Amino acid sequence: MTHMKIAAMLVLPSLIVASFYALAATEPAADVTISIDKFMFEPTALTVTVGTTVHWKNLDPEPHTVRGVDTNFRSDPLDQNDSFAHKFDKPGTYRYVCSIHPQMLGTIVVKAAGPPN
Amino acid sequence: MTPKASINQGRRQALKCLAYGGAGTLFTLSAGVLTPIDLALAAGNPREDRAGLPLFLQISDTHIGFNKEANPDVVGTLARTISLVNAMPQKPAMVIHTGDITHLSKASEFDTAAQLLKQLNITELHTTPGEHDVADASVTEYFSRYGKPSQDRGYYSFDHHGVHFVSLINVLNFKPNGLGALGQEQLEWLEKDLRSRSASTPIVVFAHMPMWTIYEPWGWGTSDASQAMSYLTRFGSVTVLNGHIHQIVQKVEGNITFHTARSTAYPQPAPGEGPGPGPLKVSAAELPGRLGISNLTLRSHPASLSLTDTTLA
Repeated sequence: MTHMKIAAMLVLPSLIVASFYALAATEPAADVTISIDKFMFEPTALTVTVGTTVHWKNLDPEPHTVRGVDTNFRSDPLDQNDSFAHKFDKPGTYRYVCSIHPQMLGTIVVKAAGPPN
Repeated sequence: MTPKASINQGRRQALKCLAYGGAGTLFTLSAGVLTPIDLALAAGNPREDRAGLPLFLQISDTHIGFNKEANPDVVGTLARTISLVNAMPQKPAMVIHTGDITHLSKASEFDTAAQLLKQLNITELHTTPGEHDVADASVTEYFSRYGKPSQDRGYYSFDHHGVHFVSLINVLNFKPNGLGALGQEQLEWLEKDLRSRSASTPIVVFAHMPMWTIYEPWGWGTSDASQAMSYLTRFGSVTVLNGHIHQIVQKVEGNITFHTARSTAYPQPAPGEGPGPGPLKVSAAELPGRLGISNLTLRSHPASLSLTDTTLA
C-alpha cells in the first residue's frame, strides 16, 4: 500500500505533466495549418496524431511546393494564398521540401492515436 | 563596361567585362572558344561577320505565368525578345532555352510559351527544364511537350556544326541542402557520352541551375557538378551555359567557360544581396536593361565559340 501510494504520488504528477506536454505538442486528429512565409515552413517541425489532415498555405508572392523527400506526397505549385492538404494515415516521420526552393525543409512527425504514454 | 568595349580584347577579359552585361547572348564558335557577341552589335554591324558563324541563341527564364510587380507583362518582354532576334540579319539556326519556360508548370503557361517561341524565325529549339517547369505534382507537363529528345530522362546530346551539345537536367532529385543535382545515372551517361569524342571537339553543356556554386545559401549551384566537370577538362573548348539566377555571372577555369544568362522576365538580386533570391523590382526604365539573351558564334581554326549578351534596352 505504502509503495503504491508513493508510486501513485510519483507517477500521477508525471502523468499529468506528460499529458500536458502531449496535448501541447501533439495536435488532436483535427486539421492543422502550416503557413509558408518568407521561404519558411511555419512551424518547421510539427507533431500530429494519425488521421490528421495538414494544410499548407503559401503567404509568399513566390510559388512554393510541398514535396515529400522519402515518401510520395506532393502538391502542385502554390501561388500566393493557394493551399494544399494532405491526410497522414500512418505513423512516421515525414520530411518534405519545396521543390522550387529545396533549401526549405520541413518535418511532420505522425504519432499513433490513443492515450498518450 | 559594355560588351562593345570588350569586343576586341582577349577572351578572358571580354568575358570578365561581359559578366555584368545584357539580356541575351549570342554564342559564336571562334578558334575553339565560344565567344559572346552582343546581339545589338550582331544585328547592326556587318563587321561582326568576321566574328564567325552564328551558332545558337540562349534564351532563359521566360517564366510565363509570372504576374507580380517585378514584371506584370512577361509575355510582352518575351515577345520583344523574339522581335529582337527576328530582326537580326545573321541569325543562327538554333535556340536553346535553359529552363523556367513557365512559372507554375501549368498547361496554359506552356501553351502560351510555345505560341510565342513559335514566332522565332529559327527552326531548331532545344530545352532543358527549370525547377518551375517540373513543379506540377505529376511532373508531366514539361515532359509531355519537350521530353522526346531525351526519352523523358531530361538529358541528351546532339551534334551541330561540329560542336557537341549536351543537355543536362539538375532540377529533379534535389538534396535537402538546396543545391541542384545531376544524380549518378546521369553522370554515368555523361561520362560515356563524352568518352568517344576527340579533345578538339568544342563542347557546349547546358543545364538550368549553375554548374558551379555561385552562392550556396540560396541553392545557386549543383552539388555533384564537379564530377561532371572532371569529364570535361580534357577538351580544348568547353562552354557551360546556365540560367536560374536571372543575371550574368561568369567564370573561366582552364578551357571551361561558365556563363549564366539573363532572364527575359525579371532580374534577381546579386548573390547574397538582401534577404533571399526572388524577383527583384526595378524601375520600368531600368527593367529592359536587366533582361536579355545570349548569342554564341562559332569560329574555326581551331574551332571555338564566342559568347555575347544582349539586353532589351
